[in-house]
Amino acid sequence: MKAPVYGVMAEFETPGALVRAAKATVAKGYKKFDAYTPFPIEELSDAMHLHHNKLPLIVLLGGICGGTLGYLLQYFITVIYYPINIAGRPLHSWPSYIIITFELTILLASISAVGGLFALCGLPMPYHPTFNVPRFAMASNDRFFLCIESTDPLFDRTKTGEFLESLEAKEVSEVAH
Amino acid sequence: MTLERIDYSVPVDLKQDLSSLRTRALAVGVIGVAATLAGMFVVGPTDFYRSWLWSYLFVLGLTVGPLGWLMLQYATGGAWGVVIRRPAEAASRTIWLTILLFIPILVGANNLYPWTHAAYVQSHPTVLHKAAYLNITAWSIRAFIYLFGFVLLILHYNKWSAREDSGDTRARGKLTFFAGPGLIYQALAVTFLSVDWAMSQDPTWFSTMWGLLFIASQLLTAVAFLITVMVMLQRYSPMREVLTARHLHDLGKFTLALVMVWAYFSFSQFLIVWAGNLPEEIPFYLRRMNHGWGWVGLLLVFGHFALPFALLLSRDLKRNYKLLRNIAFFILVMRFVDLFWLTKPFAYENFHLSWMDITAPVGMTGLWLAYFFTNLQQRPLMPVNDPNLEETLEHGREH
Repeated sequence: MKAPVYGVMAEFETPGALVRAAKATVAKGYKKFDAYTPFPIEELSDAMHLHHNKLPLIVLLGGICGGTLGYLLQYFITVIYYPINIAGRPLHSWPSYIIITFELTILLASISAVGGLFALCGLPMPYHPTFNVPRFAMASNDRFFLCIESTDPLFDRTKTGEFLESLEAKEVSEVAH
Repeated sequence: MTLERIDYSVPVDLKQDLSSLRTRALAVGVIGVAATLAGMFVVGPTDFYRSWLWSYLFVLGLTVGPLGWLMLQYATGGAWGVVIRRPAEAASRTIWLTILLFIPILVGANNLYPWTHAAYVQSHPTVLHKAAYLNITAWSIRAFIYLFGFVLLILHYNKWSAREDSGDTRARGKLTFFAGPGLIYQALAVTFLSVDWAMSQDPTWFSTMWGLLFIASQLLTAVAFLITVMVMLQRYSPMREVLTARHLHDLGKFTLALVMVWAYFSFSQFLIVWAGNLPEEIPFYLRRMNHGWGWVGLLLVFGHFALPFALLLSRDLKRNYKLLRNIAFFILVMRFVDLFWLTKPFAYENFHLSWMDITAPVGMTGLWLAYFFTNLQQRPLMPVNDPNLEETLEHGREH
């Protein structure tokens, strides 16, 4: 009995090969896998069906919170706590609230975007098993990797490895935990 | 890639469809413009000139807006710029019609601009101070300069773009070198002409946002129009092979940005006037927020901003050809409404919609489209020697 592994990883030399491999992996029915590239590849996200995540919703909610907060902040100050008559203008002068409402919408939306991204990616992450493969360092240079994880119900050490071998992979290796 | 062997010339089926579209546009254009001209005698010159002016401002945006996009893409590069080059050039070559349509405004200036009347100027001290700038001679010379500058830029960009196709290596330098200065010229020209042709209908009123509002509006008009054209061309070869959702996505992002810029400028102008509350500034909004004009303004808040903004936030929608095209078309309709709301109340205290407010914009746009469809058939649909062509073809495809 060999020690359990994190997954099986394949190395590709071109982004095209990786995208084709990702498509094949999805077609085969694997769910728990990830791809690693030195630069963003739009087609890869399409191939992995990664476009629909929760981030837009988080940003939208952040924006709505920011807008509401910004508006109410000004409303409470100028109408309820310090109702001062300035040159006969109505206390609830909504047009002059808009700028700060807008700015706070942007502020909280962008903070939610950054925070949401970190949370969804599980960052900060000081350890990741993929780095146990020495060649994986090249993922930040000129190589493209795809790793099928052992938590996938279809995962089988030998068969998954053979499957990846069949996909124009330059090298296939097991990833230790 | 097999794409390199694509023939970019206008295919026969597209040529036939463009010709039939041109015939229809021409028929609508001739009938609309003829009816509007007849209206000058049937209804009266005031109605006629006001309808003509605001419709003209729309057509001007359709002509010089694409010039702005052309220069912008030469200055910045990007795949989105290569695919819109030919439609944008075709749109800019309609400048001759745009100059022709300006003639009624030149002839009817005394119907449109109160400062052309000596008695009015004498009775308004503030206007008297502006008389050195706002007089018919200076105004006409300036109009000539604005249009002449556009003609020079448009001739330059069309000439060198054609030479680049035929393999002239000097073309790229000529095209990119003038992009920066050309954009500065366009920004200044549109700012001044918006003051001369639109704002001076009330020579006592002023807003420093006005020019920026027109620049943004013209770019928005142009990008919305180019989206509708690209989606139409996408049904035919060679654009069927060239155009990807990613190109459309980029143009959709520009549309979203400009919808927001339009709202930002429109609202800033309002906020400054509202907060300042000065007697010489507020009449503009007092009239436009009451007397029936207020409903048109409310329509703009929802139709020109809230609705397109909310829809265009969606990524899937920006990549859906038909939906994006429909939104772009809706924005074009809203551009009409915005120009109507900005300029028409200068002359009418209460809401006033003449039948010429329908025939003038429809007729003028019809004539313009007929000219555009003619121009679009003249050149290959993609610039074959554009240095970014390869990148453009790969944009949104597998590497």
